[in-house]
Amino acid sequence: MTEIIVVTSGKGGVGKTTTSASISCGLARRGKKVAVIDFDIGLRNLDLIMGCERRVVYDFVNVIQGDCTLKQALIKDKRIETLYVLAASQTRDKDALSSEGVRRVLDELTAEGFDYVICDSPAGIEKGAHLAMYFADRAVVVVNPEVSSVRDSDRILGLLASKTQRAEKGNGGVKEHLLLTRYSPKRVATGEMMSVTDVKDILGLDVIGVVPESTDVLSASNAGVPVILNEESDASRAYDDAVARLLGESLPMRFVEEPKKGFFARMFGG
Amino acid sequence: MGLLALFRRTPPTANVAKERLRIIVAQERSARGGPDYLPLLRRELLEVIKKYVNVDPEAVQVNLEREDGHEVLELSVALPGGKRL
Repeated sequence: MTEIIVVTSGKGGVGKTTTSASISCGLARRGKKVAVIDFDIGLRNLDLIMGCERRVVYDFVNVIQGDCTLKQALIKDKRIETLYVLAASQTRDKDALSSEGVRRVLDELTAEGFDYVICDSPAGIEKGAHLAMYFADRAVVVVNPEVSSVRDSDRILGLLASKTQRAEKGNGGVKEHLLLTRYSPKRVATGEMMSVTDVKDILGLDVIGVVPESTDVLSASNAGVPVILNEESDASRAYDDAVARLLGESLPMRFVEEPKKGFFARMFGG
Repeated sequence: MGLLALFRRTPPTANVAKERLRIIVAQERSARGGPDYLPLLRRELLEVIKKYVNVDPEAVQVNLEREDGHEVLELSVALPGGKRL
């Protein structure tokens, strides 16, 4: 059984590609066969985050238009045996993606025995975002604890509940999860930032992970190594927990509270 | 939080964000998936009411709420002070 997971958010810059990269690495690291697809036609970026930008020969649109086979376009990850990347096209023609074409690619990945296909959605609610979510079985909605991100996420939840194949067929709909990123327990503690519970209450969804704000995320994208692979990082641990929860494990949420500080640290900052 | 932070006053705004979002999300959710005639219904009701009372366009709220099994069409008109419809 192939499970198709869309990583989406509505708003841009909240961490969809970072999340797609880390979740696909995390699943593949646990022995699953994973393909991660960049749906952001015209603005290819997943390849950079995955560190395979110089190995892109064929892209998603090439496959759809029959310029090459799917096998030729899938870029095999050099770190994890069972992980493959399908890059977005750099074409400016937004109509290059067709529903039929996307379906064909997903069917072929299913036939090839992939366990998971991660669809990295573009921002917005246009065609690319629509097609990224249309065939999904599950959705990871990436949200920052910030007003515009939360509102846009709710809009995306509305679309997931109506404009997807599962919603149209009425077979249970898409299973939705929230993933909070750029979370700062310190600012939550001082009342400057909405908490996990606040966001969860407003959107009424289960939270599958909370990734703390971390300088490691920028270093990871600088280096083209998904942050989950940086074992030293809290962001890595948080993503790995989220992957475990996707696979059905139940784990306590980490990094949601500020670590307790001693007297001196409190008085003199740290 | 250093010593200086104790004297700096930044009012906590997370609660404001939460309240604003709760309201707007609820409003947008109730509009979503509802019948398409609601905006038109609202406009026509406003026309009728305006024949009698001069109300603000914002004063007419039409909401459709789903409660287990049935739907409730809720109509709320805020009249200008002192006048009666």
